Amino acid sequence: MNAVKFLWAAYIATWMIQGIYLGSIARRYGRLRQRMKDLGKGGK
Amino acid sequence: MKRAFPILAVLTALLLAYAFYEAIWVAPMERTMGDVQRIFYYHVPSAWTAFLLFSVNLVASVIYLIRRSAKADAVALVSAEVGVVFCTVVLVTGPIWARPVWGIWWTWDLRLTLTLVLWLIYVSYLVLRKFSDSSQTPKLAAVLAIFGALDVPLVYFSIWFFRTQHPQPVIGGGGSIDPRMLHVLLINWLAFSCFAFLVCWARYQIEWMQRGVDEAEALESLDGVTR
Repeated sequence: MNAVKFLWAAYIATWMIQGIYLGSIARRYGRLRQRMKDLGKGGK
Repeated sequence: MKRAFPILAVLTALLLAYAFYEAIWVAPMERTMGDVQRIFYYHVPSAWTAFLLFSVNLVASVIYLIRRSAKADAVALVSAEVGVVFCTVVLVTGPIWARPVWGIWWTWDLRLTLTLVLWLIYVSYLVLRKFSDSSQTPKLAAVLAIFGALDVPLVYFSIWFFRTQHPQPVIGGGGSIDPRMLHVLLINWLAFSCFAFLVCWARYQIEWMQRGVDEAEALESLDGVTR
Protein backbone atom coordinates (compact mmCIF):
# COMPACT_ATOMS: atom_id res chain seq x y z
CA MET A 1 0.00 0.00 0.00
CA ASN A 2 1.65 3.25 -1.07
CA ALA A 3 1.48 6.60 0.76
CA VAL A 4 -1.28 8.05 -1.46
CA LYS A 5 -3.57 5.17 -0.49
CA PHE A 6 -3.07 6.08 3.18
CA LEU A 7 -3.98 9.68 2.33
CA TRP A 8 -7.24 8.64 0.64
CA ALA A 9 -7.96 6.16 3.43
CA ALA A 10 -7.72 8.99 6.00
CA TYR A 11 -9.96 11.34 3.99
CA ILE A 12 -12.54 8.63 3.31
CA ALA A 13 -12.51 7.54 6.98
CA THR A 14 -13.12 11.16 8.05
CA TRP A 15 -16.22 11.53 5.88
CA MET A 16 -17.46 8.04 6.76
CA ILE A 17 -17.37 8.92 10.48
CA GLN A 18 -19.11 12.26 9.83
CA GLY A 19 -21.63 10.54 7.52
CA ILE A 20 -22.48 7.86 10.10
CA TYR A 21 -23.07 10.58 12.70
CA LEU A 22 -25.24 12.66 10.32
CA GLY A 23 -27.21 9.48 9.54
CA SER A 24 -27.78 8.90 13.27
CA ILE A 25 -29.06 12.48 13.63
CA ALA A 26 -31.44 11.97 10.68
CA ARG A 27 -32.74 8.70 12.21
CA ARG A 28 -33.30 10.39 15.59
CA TYR A 29 -35.17 13.21 13.83
CA GLY A 30 -37.34 10.67 11.99
CA ARG A 31 -38.22 8.88 15.25
CA LEU A 32 -38.99 12.20 16.90
CA ARG A 33 -41.34 13.20 14.05
CA GLN A 34 -43.15 9.88 14.48
CA ARG A 35 -43.49 10.43 18.26
CA MET A 36 -44.84 13.94 17.61
CA LYS A 37 -47.37 12.50 15.15
CA ASP A 38 -48.45 9.84 17.68
CA LEU A 39 -48.72 12.48 20.39
CA GLY A 40 -50.92 14.58 18.12
CA LYS A 41 -53.22 11.57 17.48
CA GLY A 42 -53.36 10.71 21.19
CA GLY A 43 -54.31 14.26 22.12
CA LYS A 44 -57.31 14.30 19.74
CA MET B 1 -31.67 30.93 11.60
CA LYS B 2 -34.16 28.32 10.37
CA ARG B 3 -34.44 30.07 6.96
CA ALA B 4 -30.69 30.72 6.77
CA PHE B 5 -29.82 27.06 7.51
CA PRO B 6 -30.06 25.72 3.88
CA ILE B 7 -28.02 28.69 2.59
CA LEU B 8 -25.38 28.20 5.30
CA ALA B 9 -25.32 24.44 4.58
CA VAL B 10 -24.64 25.08 0.86
CA LEU B 11 -21.94 27.68 1.67
CA THR B 12 -20.30 25.27 4.14
CA ALA B 13 -20.37 22.45 1.55
CA LEU B 14 -18.69 24.77 -0.98
CA LEU B 15 -16.11 25.83 1.61
CA LEU B 16 -15.38 22.18 2.47
CA ALA B 17 -14.98 21.36 -1.23
CA TYR B 18 -12.63 24.33 -1.69
CA ALA B 19 -10.63 23.34 1.43
CA PHE B 20 -10.35 19.78 0.07
CA TYR B 21 -9.12 21.11 -3.31
CA GLU B 22 -6.52 23.29 -1.55
CA ALA B 23 -5.35 20.39 0.65
CA ILE B 24 -4.93 17.93 -2.24
CA TRP B 25 -3.84 20.08 -5.20
CA VAL B 26 -2.65 23.49 -3.96
CA ALA B 27 -0.66 22.87 -0.74
CA PRO B 28 3.02 22.16 -1.49
CA MET B 29 4.25 18.60 -1.02
CA GLU B 30 6.25 18.02 2.15
CA ARG B 31 9.80 16.89 1.30
CA THR B 32 10.32 13.94 3.65
CA MET B 33 6.79 12.50 4.03
CA GLY B 34 5.39 13.22 0.56
CA ASP B 35 1.64 13.14 -0.08
CA VAL B 36 0.79 11.32 3.14
CA GLN B 37 1.55 14.57 5.02
CA ARG B 38 -1.68 15.98 3.52
CA ILE B 39 -3.60 13.94 6.15
CA PHE B 40 -2.49 16.80 8.43
CA TYR B 41 -5.09 19.11 6.75
CA TYR B 42 -7.90 16.90 8.10
CA HIS B 43 -6.25 15.62 11.30
CA VAL B 44 -5.20 18.98 12.84
CA PRO B 45 -8.40 20.97 12.04
CA SER B 46 -10.48 18.06 13.46
CA ALA B 47 -8.40 18.17 16.67
CA TRP B 48 -8.77 21.96 16.99
CA THR B 49 -12.52 21.71 16.37
CA ALA B 50 -12.84 18.95 19.00
CA PHE B 51 -10.95 21.13 21.53
CA LEU B 52 -13.21 24.08 20.69
CA LEU B 53 -16.34 21.96 21.20
CA PHE B 54 -15.08 20.54 24.50
CA SER B 55 -14.40 24.14 25.61
CA VAL B 56 -18.00 25.08 24.70
CA ASN B 57 -19.10 22.03 26.71
CA LEU B 58 -17.09 23.30 29.72
CA VAL B 59 -18.58 26.82 29.55
CA ALA B 60 -22.14 25.48 29.11
CA SER B 61 -21.65 23.02 32.01
CA VAL B 62 -20.44 25.81 34.32
CA ILE B 63 -23.43 27.98 33.29
CA TYR B 64 -25.74 25.02 33.97
CA LEU B 65 -24.28 24.51 37.46
CA ILE B 66 -24.69 28.22 38.28
CA ARG B 67 -28.09 28.96 36.69
CA ARG B 68 -29.67 25.50 36.16
CA SER B 69 -30.43 26.61 32.60
CA ALA B 70 -31.96 23.83 30.47
CA LYS B 71 -30.64 25.52 27.32
CA ALA B 72 -27.07 25.48 28.71
CA ASP B 73 -27.53 21.78 29.53
CA ALA B 74 -28.66 21.07 25.95
CA VAL B 75 -25.68 23.04 24.53
CA ALA B 76 -23.32 21.03 26.79
CA LEU B 77 -24.76 17.72 25.58
CA VAL B 78 -24.68 18.68 21.90
CA SER B 79 -21.12 20.10 22.00
CA ALA B 80 -19.83 16.96 23.77
CA GLU B 81 -21.51 14.69 21.21
CA VAL B 82 -20.17 16.54 18.16
CA GLY B 83 -16.78 16.92 19.92
CA VAL B 84 -16.56 13.13 20.33
CA VAL B 85 -17.21 12.70 16.59
CA PHE B 86 -14.33 15.07 15.73
CA CYS B 87 -12.08 13.44 18.35
CA THR B 88 -12.88 10.04 16.74
CA VAL B 89 -11.70 11.48 13.39
CA VAL B 90 -8.43 12.53 15.11
CA LEU B 91 -7.92 9.06 16.61
CA VAL B 92 -8.59 7.34 13.27
CA THR B 93 -6.62 9.64 10.92
CA GLY B 94 -3.60 9.79 13.29
CA PRO B 95 -2.76 6.06 13.05
CA ILE B 96 -3.43 6.10 9.26
CA TRP B 97 -0.73 8.82 9.02
CA ALA B 98 1.57 7.06 11.52
CA ARG B 99 1.67 3.71 9.69
CA PRO B 100 3.63 4.89 6.60
CA VAL B 101 5.62 7.57 8.49
CA TRP B 102 6.55 5.83 11.78
CA GLY B 103 6.06 2.25 10.56
CA ILE B 104 3.53 1.57 13.37
CA TRP B 105 -0.19 2.28 13.78
CA TRP B 106 -0.03 3.30 17.45
CA THR B 107 2.40 3.92 20.28
CA TRP B 108 1.67 4.70 23.94
CA ASP B 109 3.18 8.15 23.56
CA LEU B 110 1.96 10.90 25.95
CA ARG B 111 0.06 12.93 23.31
CA LEU B 112 -1.66 9.89 21.83
CA THR B 113 -2.53 8.36 25.20
CA LEU B 114 -3.93 11.63 26.56
CA THR B 115 -6.05 12.06 23.42
CA LEU B 116 -7.44 8.54 23.86
CA VAL B 117 -8.18 9.34 27.54
CA LEU B 118 -9.93 12.58 26.45
CA TRP B 119 -12.11 10.59 24.02
CA LEU B 120 -12.92 8.01 26.72
CA ILE B 121 -13.90 10.76 29.21
CA TYR B 122 -16.38 12.32 26.77
CA VAL B 123 -17.72 8.93 25.67
CA SER B 124 -18.37 8.21 29.40
CA TYR B 125 -20.11 11.60 29.61
CA LEU B 126 -22.41 10.62 26.72
CA VAL B 127 -23.04 7.15 28.20
CA LEU B 128 -23.99 8.78 31.52
CA ARG B 129 -26.38 11.15 29.71
CA LYS B 130 -27.97 8.34 27.72
CA PHE B 131 -28.44 5.63 30.32
CA SER B 132 -29.07 7.53 33.55
CA ASP B 133 -32.59 8.92 33.93
CA SER B 134 -32.12 10.42 37.39
CA SER B 135 -33.00 14.10 37.82
CA GLN B 136 -29.41 14.53 39.04
CA THR B 137 -27.92 13.40 35.70
CA PRO B 138 -27.37 16.89 34.20
CA LYS B 139 -25.63 18.00 37.40
CA LEU B 140 -23.38 14.91 37.53
CA ALA B 141 -22.63 15.24 33.82
CA ALA B 142 -21.71 18.93 34.24
CA VAL B 143 -19.24 18.03 37.01
CA LEU B 144 -17.76 15.23 34.85
CA ALA B 145 -17.46 17.72 31.96
CA ILE B 146 -15.44 20.10 34.14
CA PHE B 147 -13.00 17.30 35.06
CA GLY B 148 -12.92 16.13 31.43
CA ALA B 149 -12.04 19.61 30.18
CA LEU B 150 -8.89 19.53 32.35
CA ASP B 151 -7.51 16.98 29.88
CA VAL B 152 -7.83 19.41 26.91
CA PRO B 153 -4.85 21.67 27.87
CA LEU B 154 -2.90 18.54 28.90
CA VAL B 155 -3.37 17.10 25.39
CA TYR B 156 -2.58 20.42 23.70
CA PHE B 157 0.54 21.29 25.70
CA SER B 158 1.90 17.73 26.09
CA ILE B 159 4.07 18.21 22.99
CA TRP B 160 5.30 21.60 24.22
CA PHE B 161 6.59 20.44 27.58
CA PHE B 162 7.47 16.77 27.07
CA ARG B 163 9.54 14.90 24.51
CA THR B 164 7.03 12.83 22.58
CA GLN B 165 7.04 10.95 19.31
CA HIS B 166 4.20 13.15 18.01
CA PRO B 167 5.37 16.00 15.70
CA GLN B 168 6.02 19.35 17.39
CA PRO B 169 3.38 22.13 17.21
CA VAL B 170 3.24 23.91 13.85
CA ILE B 171 2.09 27.22 15.34
CA GLY B 172 4.06 28.54 18.34
CA GLY B 173 6.19 26.30 20.53
CA GLY B 174 9.23 26.74 18.29
CA GLY B 175 7.66 24.92 15.32
CA SER B 176 7.56 26.33 11.80
CA ILE B 177 5.41 25.81 8.72
CA ASP B 178 5.47 26.97 5.10
CA PRO B 179 3.06 29.98 4.82
CA ARG B 180 1.19 28.22 1.95
CA MET B 181 0.66 25.15 4.15
CA LEU B 182 -0.52 27.37 7.02
CA HIS B 183 -3.01 29.06 4.68
CA VAL B 184 -4.46 25.67 3.62
CA LEU B 185 -4.53 24.49 7.24
CA LEU B 186 -6.50 27.58 8.33
CA ILE B 187 -8.97 27.26 5.42
CA ASN B 188 -9.60 23.64 6.40
CA TRP B 189 -10.07 24.63 10.04
CA LEU B 190 -12.55 27.34 9.04
CA ALA B 191 -14.47 24.82 6.88
CA PHE B 192 -14.53 22.19 9.66
CA SER B 193 -15.60 24.81 12.24
CA CYS B 194 -18.50 25.98 10.02
CA PHE B 195 -19.52 22.35 9.49
CA ALA B 196 -19.34 21.65 13.25
CA PHE B 197 -21.43 24.75 13.98
CA LEU B 198 -24.17 23.65 11.55
CA VAL B 199 -24.22 20.09 12.90
CA CYS B 200 -24.41 21.44 16.48
CA TRP B 201 -27.24 23.77 15.51
CA ALA B 202 -29.27 20.97 13.88
CA ARG B 203 -28.58 18.61 16.78
CA TYR B 204 -29.56 21.33 19.29
CA GLN B 205 -32.93 21.83 17.56
CA ILE B 206 -33.60 18.07 17.71
CA GLU B 207 -32.55 17.90 21.38
CA TRP B 208 -34.85 20.79 22.25
CA MET B 209 -37.78 19.24 20.35
CA GLN B 210 -37.10 15.89 22.03
CA ARG B 211 -37.28 17.45 25.49
CA GLY B 212 -40.61 19.07 24.54
CA VAL B 213 -42.00 15.72 23.31
CA ASP B 214 -40.75 13.91 26.48
CA GLU B 215 -42.52 16.52 28.60
CA ALA B 216 -45.75 16.33 26.54
CA GLU B 217 -45.76 12.49 26.74
CA ALA B 218 -45.20 12.61 30.51
CA LEU B 219 -48.08 15.07 30.89
CA GLU B 220 -50.33 12.91 28.68
CA SER B 221 -49.61 9.77 30.68
CA LEU B 222 -50.18 11.69 33.93
CA ASP B 223 -53.46 12.93 32.50
CA GLY B 224 -54.42 9.31 31.73
CA VAL B 225 -53.64 8.23 35.32
CA THR B 226 -55.61 11.04 37.01
CA ARG B 227 -58.75 10.46 34.88
